[in-house]
Amino acid sequence: MELHELTIHELHQKLKKREVSSVEATKAVLARIEQVEPHVNAFITVTTDEALKSAEEADKRIAAGEIDTLTGIPVALKDIFLTRGIRTTCGSRILENFVAPYDATSWARLKEHGAVLVGKLNQDEFAMGSSCESSAFGVTRNPWNLECTPGGSSGGSAAAIAARQATATLGTDTGGSIRQPASHCGCVGLKPTYGRVSRYGVIAYASSLDQVGPVTRDVTDCAVLLGAVAGYDPLDSTSVNLPVPDYTKSLVSDVKGVKVGLPKEYYIAGLDPDVKAVMESAIATYSKLGAEFVEISLPHTDYAVATYYLVATAEASSNLARYDGVRFGHRSSAAKSLIEMFAKSRAEGFGPEVKRRIMLGTYALSSGYYDAYYLKAQKVRTLIMQDFLTAFENVDVILTPVAPTPAFRIGEKVNDPLQMYLSDIFTIPVNLAGTCGISVPAGFSTGGLPIGLQLIGRPFGEETILRAAYAFEQATEWHRQKAKI
Amino acid sequence: MKYQAVIGLEVHVQLLTNTKIFCGCSTKFGATPNSQTCPVCLGMPGALPVLNKKVVEYAIRAGLATNCGIAPKSVFARKNYFYPDLPKGYQISQYELPICLSGHLDIEVDGDVKRIGITRIHMEEDAGKLVHADVPGAGDASCVDLNRACTPLLEIVSEPDIRSADEAVAYLKKLHQIVVYLGICDGNMEEGSFRCDANVSVMPVGSDTFGTRTETKNVNSFRFVKQAIEYEIERQIDLIEEGGKVIQETRLFDPNTGVTRSMRGKEEAHDYRYFPDPDLVPLVISNDWVEDVRLSLPELPEAKFRRYQDELGLTAYDAEVLTADRLLARYFESCVALAPQQVKTVANWVMGEVARKLNDEGKGIADCPVTPQLLNALLKLMEAGTISGKIAKTVFDEMWSTGKEPAAIVEEKGLVQVSDTGEIERIIDEVMAANQGQVNEFRSGKEKVFGFFVGQVMRASKGKANPALVNEILLKKLRG
Amino acid sequence: MKITKAEVEHVARLARLELTEQEVETFTGQMDAILAYVDKLNGLETAGIIPTAHAVPMENAFRQDEVAPSIGIDNALANAPDRADNFFRVPKVIE
Repeated sequence: MELHELTIHELHQKLKKREVSSVEATKAVLARIEQVEPHVNAFITVTTDEALKSAEEADKRIAAGEIDTLTGIPVALKDIFLTRGIRTTCGSRILENFVAPYDATSWARLKEHGAVLVGKLNQDEFAMGSSCESSAFGVTRNPWNLECTPGGSSGGSAAAIAARQATATLGTDTGGSIRQPASHCGCVGLKPTYGRVSRYGVIAYASSLDQVGPVTRDVTDCAVLLGAVAGYDPLDSTSVNLPVPDYTKSLVSDVKGVKVGLPKEYYIAGLDPDVKAVMESAIATYSKLGAEFVEISLPHTDYAVATYYLVATAEASSNLARYDGVRFGHRSSAAKSLIEMFAKSRAEGFGPEVKRRIMLGTYALSSGYYDAYYLKAQKVRTLIMQDFLTAFENVDVILTPVAPTPAFRIGEKVNDPLQMYLSDIFTIPVNLAGTCGISVPAGFSTGGLPIGLQLIGRPFGEETILRAAYAFEQATEWHRQKAKI
Repeated sequence: MKYQAVIGLEVHVQLLTNTKIFCGCSTKFGATPNSQTCPVCLGMPGALPVLNKKVVEYAIRAGLATNCGIAPKSVFARKNYFYPDLPKGYQISQYELPICLSGHLDIEVDGDVKRIGITRIHMEEDAGKLVHADVPGAGDASCVDLNRACTPLLEIVSEPDIRSADEAVAYLKKLHQIVVYLGICDGNMEEGSFRCDANVSVMPVGSDTFGTRTETKNVNSFRFVKQAIEYEIERQIDLIEEGGKVIQETRLFDPNTGVTRSMRGKEEAHDYRYFPDPDLVPLVISNDWVEDVRLSLPELPEAKFRRYQDELGLTAYDAEVLTADRLLARYFESCVALAPQQVKTVANWVMGEVARKLNDEGKGIADCPVTPQLLNALLKLMEAGTISGKIAKTVFDEMWSTGKEPAAIVEEKGLVQVSDTGEIERIIDEVMAANQGQVNEFRSGKEKVFGFFVGQVMRASKGKANPALVNEILLKKLRG
Repeated sequence: MKITKAEVEHVARLARLELTEQEVETFTGQMDAILAYVDKLNGLETAGIIPTAHAVPMENAFRQDEVAPSIGIDNALANAPDRADNFFRVPKVIE
C-alpha cells in the first residue's frame, strides 16, 4: 500500500519502526495532492514548505525516541482553524488575504504532538452550507463522483480523506458539517459534545453550536485524533473541565446487550430508498452483533431545522459583525465614508449564502421580532434537548441516518436555500442538544455513492459511540472501499 | 408655566484592574497606541472572551456599597452596533440580568437629605479610542487605537429621582467618593475613569408624566455636569414655551461654549439587538462570595463620618473635611493611631498645616513629605514642652522641605524652648527696664498692654521661651 | 407575506450590507419562504419553558487578573487594510 493511503495508526507503526520517515510520508501525501487536486479541489492552501520543514522536525523527534501516535503524521485542517503565519480564509473572499496571528488551540495541540500540516481545506463560506458550494474558492468535488458535492460545510475535510490527500483532517460541525460530508464521502466523522474541544481560534459561525471534530479513514484514527484535541482550554469559557478519557480504550468490538434507540421520527416515509436500505442492513448487522433495539421517540425533531436556522443565524449575524474592514480582511476601495466602508466592504466580501444568513439572523434579533423568533427558538431548543435526555434514560446510543439522501449533484440545491437547509434534518438536533454524534461508512447507493450511519450518544458519551462504531466497522468492510480517482 | 426637571444619571466607572475584562492585556493608561492588544481585544477571528474574576469582585463591592442586591445569577449580553472603535461589532455588556439591582444613595443638598434610587449596576467592556489629529500620515482620516478596548467598566444607572443640577452633582460626588474609597476606580475624570451621561427631561410642576428626555453624553467634570444639565433644562423649557417639542436624542456637551448639541448621524439606525453572549457562561454568585466581599469592604465615607464624631469626638465639620478623601482619612487615622490621646491636636494639624502646604503646592496627600511618624514626632516635642506651638510650625516647614526628623531640626537650629525660670526672669527684667512707660500704664490699670510685653519677651527669646511660663512670671512681675 | 422589501432594506442597513436591487428582490422572496417555514414553531406551546443558551449546563469561567503579554503593535496591525503610524486608519468619523 502506498504511503498516502495509510491510516494514522498504520503510518504510526511504520514511523515507529523507522520503516519510513515523516518526510517520505509527507512527500507522498503532497504528491497525491498535486495529482488529484485539479479534480477534487479539496484545498484552499497547500502548505508544502511548512509541511516539509515540520516533517523534518518530526523525524528528528522520532530519531530521539520521542514519538507518539500523531508525530510525523500529515494532517490537513479545515480553513476555519487559525494557523499562525498561514493564510486562513474560512472560505470567504473577505478573509482572502488574512494571515492568522495565532494558532487555534486544536491546531496548537496537534502541533505539540508533532503532526505535520499539509494544507488548509475548502469549506462552505464561514461554514454556512451543506455542499461546499458557497466557498469563494470554488466548489470541492466528491471523489466518489466528481459531479456531486462532497457535502458540507467541512466538504474539503471529507473529500481530502476520501481522495487520500491527507492522513487525517479536522473539521467543524454546527448543524452536521462534519457528519454529513463524512457520510457523503465514506469517511468517519465525529461531532463531540459541546464543550469537549476548545473553540479558541476556530472562526465562529454559531458559537453555541460550533464544535471541532475529526474526519478520518476509520474509527481508530477518529479516537486517536479526538483524544489529541479534546480537553479543557482556559481560553474558551465554554470548554468543559472534565478529564479526557483514552478513547482508544473504547475500541472494543463488542456491543452485546447495548441498547440502541431507533427514533421513529427519523425513519420516515420520505427517506431515500438507498438510505433506507443501508439503515436496514446496519440494523441487521447490529442485531447479529447482539445489540438490542428499542423504538424511541424524539417528538420535537420536526422543529429542529426551524430552531436551528433562527439560533444559528442570529449568533452568526453578530459573530460576523467583526468583518468590517477596519482591522483585517477586505476593505472596499470604492468607500468614501465610514458607512460606505462598512456596507460596501461587507457586500463585496461576503457571498450570497452568508449574506442571507446575516440578514435572517439580524431580523430574528431585531426589535419587535426577538421574542417571536430568537427567544421562541431558544425555548424550542430546550424541548429538543429534553427529547434526547428522556430518550437516553432507556437507551445507550441512538442509531439514525446521517442525511436523508446520498450526496447530491453540484448545483442541484443552490437556488433553493430551504431545501438545502432541510438536508441537515438528522444532524441538526444533535447540535441543538449539545451532545455527540458520529458518522460511520455503512454502505453505498445504487449509484455508487457512500452512505453513512449516525450514532448519537449522551453528552460526553463519546466512548460509547466510538465503541458501537468500532464494532460495526470491524463487522463490515465499508471503510475499506476506495474512491476510484 | 413652572417646570420641574427630571434627571437620571448613567455613570461609567473604569475599574482599577491590572488587566482587561476579557483578556490579559494591561490596562495601563498612556501606552503606545495598539501596543496593549491581543486577538481577543482586537476582535480577531476565532478569539474568545474569558471573564476577569477581579471585575466581578469589584462589581460586588460597588453593589454592596450602594445598597444594591447582588444577583445570584447574571448573564452577559451582546450589544450590536458598528463603529470603528468597537472591534467585534458588538459590545459585551449585561442587559436583562445585570449583576446588581435596586440600590440607593442618600445625598444632602442645602441641609436636606434625599434618597436617590439606583436601578442597576452592570459590567461591560469599553470601546477603543478614535484620534482625529496629529497622527503622521493620517491625512484627513480618523485613527483607531484599541488599547482601551475591552477595559472593564461598571455602568451605574440611577432612577430618575434627581430634580436639579445641584442634586445631580451631589449624587455624582457621593458616588465618586464611594468608588474611590472602595479602591475600584482611580476617580480620574480627566482621563475618563469616571464619566457621566445625563438623561434630562422637564414636565410641568405637579405633573406625574415625565417629558421626553435627551441623553447628554460623556460629561467629564462635576462643573460640566452642572452646566450641561442647567443648559439642557433651560433649552427644553424654552423649546416647549415656544410651542416646540423635545425630541428623544443623544446630545454632546461642548465645555468651551457650555452648550449641548445634537449628535445626529452617529448611528443611522438604533437597534442594538441584545442577546445573551454564547461565548460566555452565566455568572453565578454564591452568598458566601458576597459575604466574603462584604467582609473585605473598607469603611465607607458615611460610616467613617459618623465614627469620627461618635468615637473620636470630632465636630461634624472636622469629620466631613477629614473623610472627604480616602487617602486623607487614612493619613489622619495613621496619625491618630500613633497619638490616640491627641485626636483634636492631630485633626487640627492635618486640616491646618498639612492641608495648607498641600494646597500651596497643589499636591495630594499621597505626595505629603511629612509622614504620620514624622508629624507624630513633632507633636511629641510640643507635648513635652521641648518646643512651642509657634516654633513647631517653623519646624514643620523645615520638615516639609528637607524631610528631616523634627528633633534634628530643633537641635540644628537651636530651637529648644526655654523653660528655665531664671533665664525667663532675666529677659523679662530687661524688657521691663527698657519699657518703663508701658509698665506704668499697666500698673495704672491699662492691662491691655500685657500683650505687648508677651510679644517683646518672645521676640527677645527668639520665640523659644515657654509661653506659659512667660505669662505667669510676667504677670507676677508687672503686678509687682 | 412575512417580510416586505422595505423590511429587508432596513435589516440590510442594520447589518451594514449594501444590497443591489436584485439582491433585495431575491432575499425578500427567500426570507419570506424561510420565515413561513420557521413559523411552525408557533404551533408549539412554550409558555413556562426556560430558553436554552447552552445545551451543556455551564457557569463561572474566570481568569485571574494577571497581565499576559500582548501580541505587539506589528502583529496587531499586520492585517490592517490601512494604517497610519501605529493606528488603524479609517475614513473620517464625524461625531
